[in-house]
Amino acid sequence: MSDLSHPPPRTPAADATISVPEIQAGPEPAGRAAEFVGRSPNQLAWLRLKRDRTARASALTLLVAAVVALGAPLLGRLTGIDPTDKFVDRLNDFGMPIGYAGGISSDHWLGLEPGSGRDILMQLVYGLRTSLFIAFTSALLASCIGVAVGVLAGWARGWLDSLVNWLIDLTLAFPFLIFALAVIPILQDRFYSDREAPSPAFRVALIVATFGLFSWTYTARLVRGQVISLREREFVDAARAAGAGTAHILLRQLLPNIWAPILVTVSLMVPQFIAIEAALAFVNIGVTEPTPDLGRMIFNSIGYVASDPWYTLFPGLTIFLLVLAFNLLGDALRDSLDPRSTR
Amino acid sequence: MNGVTNGQAAVAGDAGRLAGEPLLSVRGLTKHFPVRQGLRARGAVRAVDGLDFDVRPGETLGLVGESGCGKTTTGRMLVRLLEPTSGSIMFAGRDITHGGRRELRALRQDLQIIFQDPYASLNPRHTVGRIVAMPLQVNRITPPGGVKKRVQELLELVGLNPEHYNRYPHEFSGGQRQRIGIARALALKPKLIVADEPVSALDVSIQAQVINLLRDLQRDLDLAFVFIAHDLAVIRHFCHRVAVMYLGKIVEIGDRDTIYTRPQHPYTRALLSAIPDVTTLGPAGRIRLTGDVPTPLNPPSGCRFRTRCWKATDHCATEEPALTTRDDGGQLTACHYPESGPVGVPTGEPGSNERT
Ligand SMILES: Nc1ncnc2c1ncn2[C@@H]1O[C@H](COP(=O)(O)OP(=O)(O)O)[C@@H](O)[C@H]1O
Ligand code: SF4
Ligand SMILES: [Mg+2]
Repeated sequence: MSDLSHPPPRTPAADATISVPEIQAGPEPAGRAAEFVGRSPNQLAWLRLKRDRTARASALTLLVAAVVALGAPLLGRLTGIDPTDKFVDRLNDFGMPIGYAGGISSDHWLGLEPGSGRDILMQLVYGLRTSLFIAFTSALLASCIGVAVGVLAGWARGWLDSLVNWLIDLTLAFPFLIFALAVIPILQDRFYSDREAPSPAFRVALIVATFGLFSWTYTARLVRGQVISLREREFVDAARAAGAGTAHILLRQLLPNIWAPILVTVSLMVPQFIAIEAALAFVNIGVTEPTPDLGRMIFNSIGYVASDPWYTLFPGLTIFLLVLAFNLLGDALRDSLDPRSTR
Repeated sequence: MNGVTNGQAAVAGDAGRLAGEPLLSVRGLTKHFPVRQGLRARGAVRAVDGLDFDVRPGETLGLVGESGCGKTTTGRMLVRLLEPTSGSIMFAGRDITHGGRRELRALRQDLQIIFQDPYASLNPRHTVGRIVAMPLQVNRITPPGGVKKRVQELLELVGLNPEHYNRYPHEFSGGQRQRIGIARALALKPKLIVADEPVSALDVSIQAQVINLLRDLQRDLDLAFVFIAHDLAVIRHFCHRVAVMYLGKIVEIGDRDTIYTRPQHPYTRALLSAIPDVTTLGPAGRIRLTGDVPTPLNPPSGCRFRTRCWKATDHCATEEPALTTRDDGGQLTACHYPESGPVGVPTGEPGSNERT
């Protein structure tokens, strides 16, 4: 042989198309790709979600709730009733609404509040607004904190990761309700004297901040885990080998893969906040008068539960349906995004 | 075989393009992964332990060895996904061993990698178009005619339908996915591609197609390759030169024909005899290696292969064999008792034990 060089001169054997016995050429299955019509994993999840009947029903419920909450002022103009209007003339001497089922009439579809004489429908509709606003804002805040902290911990690893883990444990160890009970009045005293009533916006901001500060841990853990497992994947190495920086890898490569689970946590956080917000109102550290609030309605109604159960029923049912619908939708969302069925 | 070592090879030049500087030059390349127990360091996994090799422009070097011998670690150090513990990597005349991202940006474009796992190497949430265009985007390159046109050219180049740029990875088969990975590696028009077992995750029927594609690309685009494989069958018709690795070291390196027809190292012979049609050439039958690969945490003294070598003597345990030319062979071999003669007749000289 005369191949002194490397590479060896092209021998006929090397030139021919490889047909090594142990590697036999065969047609690649081409049919598989033809079945699909360019659908992203998210589009597939969306299709699955649309097929899910529970998801459709709960989505419809929530849509109605959202429309009603957003359209509350419109409804007020239509009926000519303001949530603060007091129809004392429709109450009897004991402060109870005149008529059947808590004073239900063509003017007041869900009757009147005993004592104050306010229209329950308007209270309910505006209360829905308060609940949804607080729950969504808090979920957004908690998710933003959670994503930022989780990405930081998962990406940096090392001592920063340990610090974040320690912080998460600390936050989880804190009894949230007791903290809220203790801190909300204290903070309020710092900003407002006994005489003046705290502004409703201040209370709402305080509640949102408390929720946000205590609820980022779950999202943070989730995102941290996702980042840690995804950063080892070879597509991240491919980006790095092409010269990509941290920003590209985090925002373009990793985030598209973790926003779906984040969405699931948000959808499960919202009903939790709705329920806790109502509970806060129930222990009288929630939203203050005159802002309508579902939790406070229940709190107020307890005194009348024997004489006028309808007053308790409507806000109670609303919260129940809202929380149930959100939880069912969140579960359906998680199922539809299940990575096992994506591939 | 004519006495050509890899050091002298460039002199014997009937292929003119090989003359001159090597494109990639690796010296003493080492990677130790520290093993911690609690906070204290407790030894190190000596994954790669002092590699020397060169790759010339347009040349393909096969890097072969059993699983766990450090091939992937080597490949990742070459493209600077891993920081070498020591040693040096020269690429196109520049030392890239410890360069930062900014310094390496221009060189990185000439040095790309194809990954082993066609499932993990493509971002499931990106379209094929986005995946292939990613290297262009990252380096802010706008090719003439636009990114989309370039992507479609690349898809066509690797044998995919250019109209499929809007599809997602999960809509493709393993072989097609690997082609997408190849298109991505080609996007920056590299000079050298590290291919880390690019076909071992694929069906046997598809392996040959992908290898043929890579070989065509190698010729048409005059690419240099470091082609990693765990057996000698896959790279047989692909590589100009072959380096055989065992436990983080190169035990034999030489021209393709030399390695395949007159290997000197017992380990190379064992690997060769695992290829079905090679054993039929020789009368001695198949060499079956017994025992496990020792842990790189604590490799054997002397010759690292001695725990599984049928020719091992006390000398092998005490003195590490250097990687040099032996018995006028055309290759470099790290063995005190190199084999001679054509393949298939392993001579059983000192301490003959495990062989069937
Ligand atoms: N990040 C790491 N940390 C510790 N050990 C590692 C790491 N990566 C690889 N190793 C070890 O290094 C050795 C070589 O691994 P690798 O390069 O993947 O081998 P190959 O690709 O040849 O199968 C193996 O023993 C492996 O366990
Ligand atoms: S040096 Fe000894 S143990 Fe190592 S391969 Fe050669 S004969 Fe076998
Ligand atoms: Mg490997």
